[in-house]
Amino acid sequence: MATAANPADIFRQEAADLLALLETTLLDLGTAPDDKGLVDQAFRCLHTLKGSGAMFGWEALAGFTHHVESVFQQVRDGVLAVTGDLVSLTLASLDHIRALLEQPEQADRVRGDALLAAFADLAAFDSPPERATVGDPDSARTPAGAPAPVPEMARVYRIRWEPAPDLLRFGGNPLLLLDELRGLGSCTVTPLADRVPSLEDISVTGCYLGWDLMLTTARPRSVIDEAFMFVAAGSRLAIEAVAVGEQSGPAPRLGEILVERGDVAPGDIEEELGHQPRLGALLVQSGKVSGDRIASALSEQRHLRDAVRVREATVSGNTIRVPAERLDNLMDQVGELVIAQARLMQVAAQGSPLLKAIAEDIQRLAGELRDTAMSVRMLPVGTLLTRFRRVVHDLSQDLGKSVDLTMSGEETELDKTVIDSLSDPLVHLIRNAMDHGIEPSETRVALGKPAVGRLHLSAVHSGAQVLITITDDGRGIDRAVIRAKAEERGLLHPGQEVSDADLLACIFQPGFSTAAAVTKLSGRGVGMDVVKRAIDGLHGAIDVMSEPHQGTTMTLKLPLTLAIIDGLLVGIGHERYIVPLSVIEECVELPRLVDQRSDGRNFLNVRGEIVGYVRLRPLFGVAGTAPIIQKVVIVAFGQSRVGLVVDQVLGQHQTVIKSLSRLHGDQEGFSGATILGDGSVALILDVPHLIKFARERETALRAA
Amino acid sequence: MTVLSVTKTGAAALQAGGDGGGPGLQVLTLGLADEIFAIETARVREVLDLMPITRVPNSHPFIKGLINVRGKVVTVTDLRVKFGMAPAEPTRDTRIVVTEVQIGGEPTLVGALADRVHEATELPAAVMEEVPKIGMRWRAEFIRAIGKRGDDFIIIADIDQVFAAADLIAP
Repeated sequence: MATAANPADIFRQEAADLLALLETTLLDLGTAPDDKGLVDQAFRCLHTLKGSGAMFGWEALAGFTHHVESVFQQVRDGVLAVTGDLVSLTLASLDHIRALLEQPEQADRVRGDALLAAFADLAAFDSPPERATVGDPDSARTPAGAPAPVPEMARVYRIRWEPAPDLLRFGGNPLLLLDELRGLGSCTVTPLADRVPSLEDISVTGCYLGWDLMLTTARPRSVIDEAFMFVAAGSRLAIEAVAVGEQSGPAPRLGEILVERGDVAPGDIEEELGHQPRLGALLVQSGKVSGDRIASALSEQRHLRDAVRVREATVSGNTIRVPAERLDNLMDQVGELVIAQARLMQVAAQGSPLLKAIAEDIQRLAGELRDTAMSVRMLPVGTLLTRFRRVVHDLSQDLGKSVDLTMSGEETELDKTVIDSLSDPLVHLIRNAMDHGIEPSETRVALGKPAVGRLHLSAVHSGAQVLITITDDGRGIDRAVIRAKAEERGLLHPGQEVSDADLLACIFQPGFSTAAAVTKLSGRGVGMDVVKRAIDGLHGAIDVMSEPHQGTTMTLKLPLTLAIIDGLLVGIGHERYIVPLSVIEECVELPRLVDQRSDGRNFLNVRGEIVGYVRLRPLFGVAGTAPIIQKVVIVAFGQSRVGLVVDQVLGQHQTVIKSLSRLHGDQEGFSGATILGDGSVALILDVPHLIKFARERETALRAA
Repeated sequence: MTVLSVTKTGAAALQAGGDGGGPGLQVLTLGLADEIFAIETARVREVLDLMPITRVPNSHPFIKGLINVRGKVVTVTDLRVKFGMAPAEPTRDTRIVVTEVQIGGEPTLVGALADRVHEATELPAAVMEEVPKIGMRWRAEFIRAIGKRGDDFIIIADIDQVFAAADLIAP
């Protein structure tokens, strides 16, 4: 599938947005130099820009931004004051970053250096002697001398690799290498077994297999060369770019491929073409070429055919790329259709049988349309996770730590909006795990751990949520350090008793960093608060688990989609509300005896378990009196269960979420509204906030 | 359902001031208690008959609740509260005026309850005057200008200010 957009384009877009935000922030800062929020904002922009720049291979940009970020670090720490000079200089730097973004190879390095020098004049800012290590184009790893521009279109490479027979003996692992290549793009691997000698001649440490690979990738050729760097000695290696027809011609034929590879002479083909029917079988039969070579050539044929198909599809045909905005509109309209259809059903229920039949057809169609529209917005998490291979690869080089990245659950699907907003937080988490979590190899060996650190990304469905976890087997979070830092920053009183979870939660406070040294990667104390905020923005949650010396696990809990949820419609008096089904555990009746006696005690015995409950009727100030039989909707609240007392439970309802306008500002207890079948509006309960609100109110009443 | 078609002209024509020259202002006039208010027609999306309004528990008294305007959830507000008038029961003449305002920089549809809706009309610039600093019952920032029509005054509301979100916290 070619659904993932070109990574370079993604970054360009993200960076353009960030630059725009940074620009307005700086301009605001010019008029309000004392606003700490703006300084933080600018700093975060620069930090993210640097991070994703490095991730997508814009090394010059990342390097330059690093220095500007350092300046803002000083501003944030109060070492440097915000002056007009600083703001205008930063704005000029912003233009330079934009140039680095748009045309990295034409950007004026002299200008960049001049800007940095000006910053240095402005403050006791170390002019960067180490700049070569942070992405000076000339010393960067790319052999071309400048960051290689990422080709717009994917290219197809034909790779034939016959490793040296002693590869295994010297610790080479062809599987890892093949996996790495597979990570670069779509890859067809065919083993070549014709070098395998007869059994008595086989040495157990010998490597007799060879591989033919067809690789379609948007990454530059140098990346492939790099992968083979350590195994090239003694190997027979051929890498060549294959031209995939620019116009949609037929994929090359088997004979043509064999000849182009030099496996068969053109004459042999001509000769064999005389005998029909199957060229491959005939060639093998006559001993002109081995079966493996034919199989390999056939798989190349398939690969090229696919490549051509994909290329055609991106231009026209099977897959099309659609602006996300149109999908949003489609979703809105489908939502309205679902609502209108529900109204139609109500009217039809009293109408003629014919009308009813039509209404039922429309109900079915609207349901299917909704599902299709939803599925269009769903993308496999894999599109996101595979981006991080590069991050981990580069980071392990920068940090000199070897890390083995594994993934599971790449096929788990999530709403596009959620996926898009997850990229930055996940990069932060991965960076943290590699920089702070995983120890250098020597330390690991001394501790009796495997020298290679492990980092595991996984995604899994859990009810209406998707759980994304990042697990490392590093040193874990040191509680004592967190506590000391929290006390230093005034988040905790010295000696204050807190639960382990609360203590760990301190790491999500803005500016909280326990790293002693600031590196290119982390230690500035941005990161985690950004992560927390991004996840909150998605109505998600983040959990930290950490065992000293065993490692740390971060779990992100995310809703499947932001647009539609399953809800339970409940009634209180004449009013109706939606409770998200995802938090509901069960519904029970409120026993009359319990109801009458409970002036002070709001507890219910549910099969031997004590469950506290909240009466929504008085909480919402609904007029009138409650009916004789009331219902309790029992919801999960953190680790415990809480009952919500309502008049009636009316049934399940597909809920299209409409957000409330800003006029409702800090309205607690409702996450949005929806439109019911009869066209009226019902509020959607934000259960955790509602329960918190109810408790605060209870406490206030008791105090009064 | 009463729907007025509105024109996009007349916006921001007030800058011309009350010096007699310049174009007039297209407004929709509406009644609150005994007063006549005016809102630029360019900002009015539609005028609806009163319909059931979904109450939002524990919200500010200024917020009456939510309605469904063709698939969009729109907040309905009570201008009487904002202008310090006693709340009133709805009558046959009560309408919901749906306007587009900027709240926190975002264009937002907001409904406003009006006791009556009079007409869409043009106020000549000549009859508009600046807001007097004293002798006003209302907060000056809510009002853009005062117009005269015969012996009556028409209060031209600055709806962006009226609906500024920050005002909700402290009434």
